[in-house]
Amino acid sequence: MPPAIPEWQLHPGEEVLSQPYGRPSRFEANVVRRYRHGLPEPPTRLSSFSLTPLQDLSGIITPNGLHYERHHAGTPTIDPLEHRLIVHGMVEKPLIFAMEDLTRFPSVSRVCFLECSGNTQNWGAPNPELTVQDTHGLLSCCEWTGVPLATILAEAGVKPEAKWMLAEGADAAAMTRSIPIEKALDDALLAYAQNGERLRPEQGYPLRLLLPGYEGNANVKWLRRLKLAAEPFQTREETSKYTMLMPDGVARQFNFVMHAKSVITFPSGGQRLGSAGFYEISGLAWSGLGKVARVEVSTDGGASWRDAALQEPVMSKCLTRFRSPWQWDGGPASLASRVIDETGYVQPTREALLKLRDVRSYYHYNAIQNWSVAAGGAVTNAG
Amino acid sequence: MPDRIARRLMLAVAATLVVGVARAGESYGIGREATPQEIAGWDIDVSPNGAGLPPGRGDVRQGEAIFAAKCAACHGAHGEGKPMDRLVGGIGTLRDKKPVKTVGSFWPYATTLFDYVRRAMPLNAPQSLTPDEVYAVSAYVLFLNGIVPQDTTFDADNLARINMPNRNGFVSADPPPEAAAKP
Ligand code: HEC
Repeated sequence: MPPAIPEWQLHPGEEVLSQPYGRPSRFEANVVRRYRHGLPEPPTRLSSFSLTPLQDLSGIITPNGLHYERHHAGTPTIDPLEHRLIVHGMVEKPLIFAMEDLTRFPSVSRVCFLECSGNTQNWGAPNPELTVQDTHGLLSCCEWTGVPLATILAEAGVKPEAKWMLAEGADAAAMTRSIPIEKALDDALLAYAQNGERLRPEQGYPLRLLLPGYEGNANVKWLRRLKLAAEPFQTREETSKYTMLMPDGVARQFNFVMHAKSVITFPSGGQRLGSAGFYEISGLAWSGLGKVARVEVSTDGGASWRDAALQEPVMSKCLTRFRSPWQWDGGPASLASRVIDETGYVQPTREALLKLRDVRSYYHYNAIQNWSVAAGGAVTNAG
Repeated sequence: MPDRIARRLMLAVAATLVVGVARAGESYGIGREATPQEIAGWDIDVSPNGAGLPPGRGDVRQGEAIFAAKCAACHGAHGEGKPMDRLVGGIGTLRDKKPVKTVGSFWPYATTLFDYVRRAMPLNAPQSLTPDEVYAVSAYVLFLNGIVPQDTTFDADNLARINMPNRNGFVSADPPPEAAAKP
């Protein structure tokens, strides 16, 4: 530090190409995916998840190596030359594509979020030790490049009686979900690239289905087969899992859309503020129905709210970064954010959500997240 | 050559403008028709009406032996779970504070059991069971749940007709109730 000359200035640094594929500074080694604190690991990591360190990221893009993971039978190692996509069922002409075929079609790129519908388990009493990585880390956002699924379906010729599409993975789980044909023909992508490079293996290399705004699991990775049919297939992942058991014992299925949600990432659980004074509150808001229209921030436990600034560009079904200036008086505070999307949907409070359903429904928890700031600056999860 | 490039460009423009609408008679001509053999090798899904069930048969007794050899280590000797998912019991608990969701108590269709075991189980060797073995182990899991009697043999004709206890326990709701939530 000044006035001394730093050690790293007194000799040349690393040569060009010392890392053909660059990595973050070694001082950022703690910015990694991990499992959720306070939750016993599942009996096998073949079916498990890892969380994006949202507290350490800026802007809206998730670096590829930090995209959250959720696999049901591990990550396969797929040779792209051997990979095929078959489109069949209720089509005029069943088709088979190699990767080099698919990438010849006109492509598009779009930035959008992916969120696991099991993200955020705040149904019960909040665990004060949880960080935003624990509570909201099954959330990531990338620029995806691929071929509009509608192009490929037009190529095969979808028959009018086809109302659903089975998407199947080439992993050991042969993951399957039934997708409504309206979504398949709307904004679905056959994605082969992520943030400029080919998909990461954990994200479906070499090909995944991308359904902007839909729960993560429906975005089938390692995609090998699409089958058109009149009825949904009632796969295990749309009956046993990813369904919401309601208090009356009936389960809701095909809960595809991730409704509007927001969370403050700074200051957030596990962080500590220093001296009293100026801080910029910052966080993320998103909606599976479209664009974020407005985000409000409260520093007094919801007694008063003020509009946060939205970082441009605000994109549909994409993370939006919001910021709000704050003069911390050094005393206790309770921070929260609330999003309203362009359809007018308002992020509910936990109490409002709990009036409708509870922990038995498990998935799609999207209530307002509160962080407690103690005098002295320690920030903890308040659910 | 310039003609072909122009045609491709026009197709690309057409595709972006009319996404979702098949271009009458026009095609990029990329990829090729999939052969019946290619499709058959991967077409492993089974629908609730039984479509996709392969020829074959298997009974509860055979299923018991297969389960002991290939499933019990992860799902318990009688499907009671530990270390992995519990497959048996919980019928009648779905309104409880702590519902027990299993194949027996929660799954609406027996075809889903066949489909899932065929594609994904056993975890360490997926797609290794023969159709006869999948019929047998499906019969055994439903027998353990008290849904079929011990002398049951499953085949493509009868498996889809099994009436699961929670057959009517699912609704497809859009929008979900919280879409109306106001702060
Ligand atoms: C090596 C351990 C292992 C073995 C052996 C195994 N399973 Fe599984 N099984 C699992 C795991 C792990 C899951 C959960 C997978 C997931 O999370 O998607 C599972 C899930 C299941 C489910 C779905 C449970 C539910 O309620 O959703 C069924 C049914 C099942 N297994 C049947 C079988 C059968 C039948 C066999 C034998 C042929 C078998 N399993 C062998 C580990 C195993």
